Amino acid sequence: MSTATAPAESTPRTYPSYAHALWRRVLLTREFAVIALLLVVFFYSRGNVPNFDGPLTLYYLFLDIAPILLIALPMTLVIVTGEIDLSVASVMGLSSALLGTLHADAGWSMPMAALAAILAGVLCGAVNGFLVAYVGLPSLAVTIGTLALYRGLAEGLLGTKAITDFPDKWRDWPSNRIFGDGTSYPMILVPFLVLLVLFVWLLHFSTFGRGVYEIGLNDEAAHFTGVNVERTKLLLFVMSGAVSAFAGLYFTLRYGSARGDNASGLELQVIAAVLLGGVSIFGGRGALHGVVAGVVLIGVISSAMRLEGYTVNKINIVIGTLLVLSVMATPAIAWVQRVWARRRLS
Amino acid sequence: MPGTAPEGGFALELRDVAKSFGSVAALRSGSLAVAPGSIHALVGENGAGKSTLVKIVAGVHRRDSGVFRLHGTDVDFGSTADSKASGVAVIYQEPTLFPDLSVTENIFMGRQPLGTGRRIDRAAMYAEAERLFAGLGVHIDPRRPARGLSIADQQIIEIAKAISLDASVLIMDEPTAALSGVEVERLFAVARSLRDENRALVFISHRFDEVFDLCDTVTVMRDGAYISTQSIADTTVDQLVAQMVGREVTDLFPKTPAEIGDVVLDVEGLSSAGLFRDVSFQVRAGEIVGLAGLVGAGRSEIARAVFGVDRYDAGRVRMHGSDVPAHRPRAAIRAGMAFVPEDRRKQGLVIDESVSRNVAGVIRRGLSKAGFLTSGAENRAAGPWAGRLEVKTSSLDMHATTMSGGNQQKVVLAKWLATEPKLLIIDEPTRGIDVGTKAEVHRLLSELAGQGLAILMISSELPEVLGMADRVLVVCEGRITADIARDDATPENVMRAATASIQHSPSQPVDAEVTA
Repeated sequence: MSTATAPAESTPRTYPSYAHALWRRVLLTREFAVIALLLVVFFYSRGNVPNFDGPLTLYYLFLDIAPILLIALPMTLVIVTGEIDLSVASVMGLSSALLGTLHADAGWSMPMAALAAILAGVLCGAVNGFLVAYVGLPSLAVTIGTLALYRGLAEGLLGTKAITDFPDKWRDWPSNRIFGDGTSYPMILVPFLVLLVLFVWLLHFSTFGRGVYEIGLNDEAAHFTGVNVERTKLLLFVMSGAVSAFAGLYFTLRYGSARGDNASGLELQVIAAVLLGGVSIFGGRGALHGVVAGVVLIGVISSAMRLEGYTVNKINIVIGTLLVLSVMATPAIAWVQRVWARRRLS
Repeated sequence: MPGTAPEGGFALELRDVAKSFGSVAALRSGSLAVAPGSIHALVGENGAGKSTLVKIVAGVHRRDSGVFRLHGTDVDFGSTADSKASGVAVIYQEPTLFPDLSVTENIFMGRQPLGTGRRIDRAAMYAEAERLFAGLGVHIDPRRPARGLSIADQQIIEIAKAISLDASVLIMDEPTAALSGVEVERLFAVARSLRDENRALVFISHRFDEVFDLCDTVTVMRDGAYISTQSIADTTVDQLVAQMVGREVTDLFPKTPAEIGDVVLDVEGLSSAGLFRDVSFQVRAGEIVGLAGLVGAGRSEIARAVFGVDRYDAGRVRMHGSDVPAHRPRAAIRAGMAFVPEDRRKQGLVIDESVSRNVAGVIRRGLSKAGFLTSGAENRAAGPWAGRLEVKTSSLDMHATTMSGGNQQKVVLAKWLATEPKLLIIDEPTRGIDVGTKAEVHRLLSELAGQGLAILMISSELPEVLGMADRVLVVCEGRITADIARDDATPENVMRAATASIQHSPSQPVDAEVTA
């Protein structure tokens, strides 16, 4: 028995798919503004900053921003749902401490210790996700709590000691150059690109991603449409925990040192980059190409300023100002549009 | 132009008022003249310019041109404070009170009476609030916080505030849209007593029975312009509707008989503590079942539990004979249910999302190929359904934010009809929708039933229930108190069943003082 008939019969109304031409939809976006700014800063630095235009600069740039790039991927999805995960850097610390103790003290093989660290990250994310999605607590409060809790566990495991006893093969892997000596691309970019493809598909080309946006815009309507709001949030926090643990492994191997206080404060850098990339802190808006550009932009600015001899304080002032300006950009653009519209009329 | 001036002149007079926003003329030529001691109805379809006119009187917008007089004096309000100071009060459909302050503090916000040492004189404030409520003949504790008050009570607080400001012109913008029958009666009693104090009242409503019951004069607007003003005694519903839409609407509720088929939805012994208990009913293919009752009787809660957005404690829901798991909207959708909820803007659609993604919102799982969902696929699927429902939009990527209520409802309907459901649950199908679109929605529901769709319709508008439903189930205090066939249903027996137990036990758990 067929009930509602397919749309047919007397020629129904048709609509154009888009109100504006393709170039306007692509170029006049927050994301593209970040990409444009990145290109400007990058090419300016290549022309004007001494030593910026060498393979080493880009190589170290990628090594430095790799953990932020990695964690920014799940963080974008978490923030698009209107939640936040402040515990990511503590999960990195915990995974670092676990890798160190399990390998050096307990004698586990590196793969087993790494796997255990990532499973611990999954568990950390699941705890956050359960409290946020199923108990209904605000993620800001929950992850401020677990930020302290996971860091406490990490420092409790290792105390003040650092474990540096890792096999060379493992320690060198993330810093190896993909295309051989003299090139700028470290091996860590490979897992990053794999995850990037995965998260772009998840957010932009899957039914799951549509639900992520809908939860951020209106979680009640999403629930009424059959989106499983709780499960979606839980999964996102689990992804955040797993990727953070992976970033913790990278951090440990790159610096050759497992410490409980590894990557302290990195969560704020991740969130700053995600917001700079055009993701709305209120949820519902943002795209991964903007976020990746935002992370790289911060990296390029720090690296260029460092080469010019600026101190970390000054670099922070510039990046902080940029972030505040970028948050102001959206209302400012709306204001300009209103003024334009008024002028056109009069 | 609206009538000749009574002795002593009009309390409120607007002539040929115009207001444009950018290139859009919201009001081309609005006129309204209200005499003191009169309740004046202002009617028109959505977008006719009523709200703009009200906002000009309230000082929210400034008019571009035209005459605006209060008690014969030309006025020009630059802010809502100006209009309040001149004795104009506007009571909106959903008042905005400070939830954590007491009822009294809300009434005297910004102008608290001061005692010695410039301290707020609470005793005087409470005494004055009690005096106001006594004058209005209502029982609300002046010390209770505003949080948790029913919308009806919140409106009463706004009215009390207006009276304490000695407002001579009160405008009520669709005040009854969210009220139950008892609450409407109380509001009307208050309105009549204000009229008898020689205040001028403007009453905006989509419900004609209320207009005819309460008002003495009516002004019709259409497309941003004044159409007519006449005495209520000299007009009929049909005449008003014809003036509002500019054409004759012959039949508001065109439900045509459809062949009733097999049982589609079977609900048995559904209970949820504090909301409803032991609810059992069936809906058959081709049948429209109306759920009638007062606001707050539990009708929406039953629908939400059936569809699975809310939990229930006991009972079972079956579609075509097989059980539907509880509290899982996804499972209900798979079983062939569709649910158009009460609150379009919060529940029905994602207002900041495009038409296309909203319409494709439920069917998108079927649209993804090899796990890949593209905007192109969504547009191709959404376009025809939007077209079939004649959604008015310039393109599929327009957001639903800017649309009128009727148009938004079409988007919600398109979204659910795209799932080709077997059962459509529709909660307040035409609330806040203009007359023209309303008729379209009714025609559509009738047509869908004719094609064998089972429809469960919740409506607070009695004429809609009686006109559309093959069978009326009346819900009272969480229980089904009557099951009336179309031919036997009358306004009287439905209302009696809807209020039956309330008359026996006046104490309701929430807002006990309200029903008294």
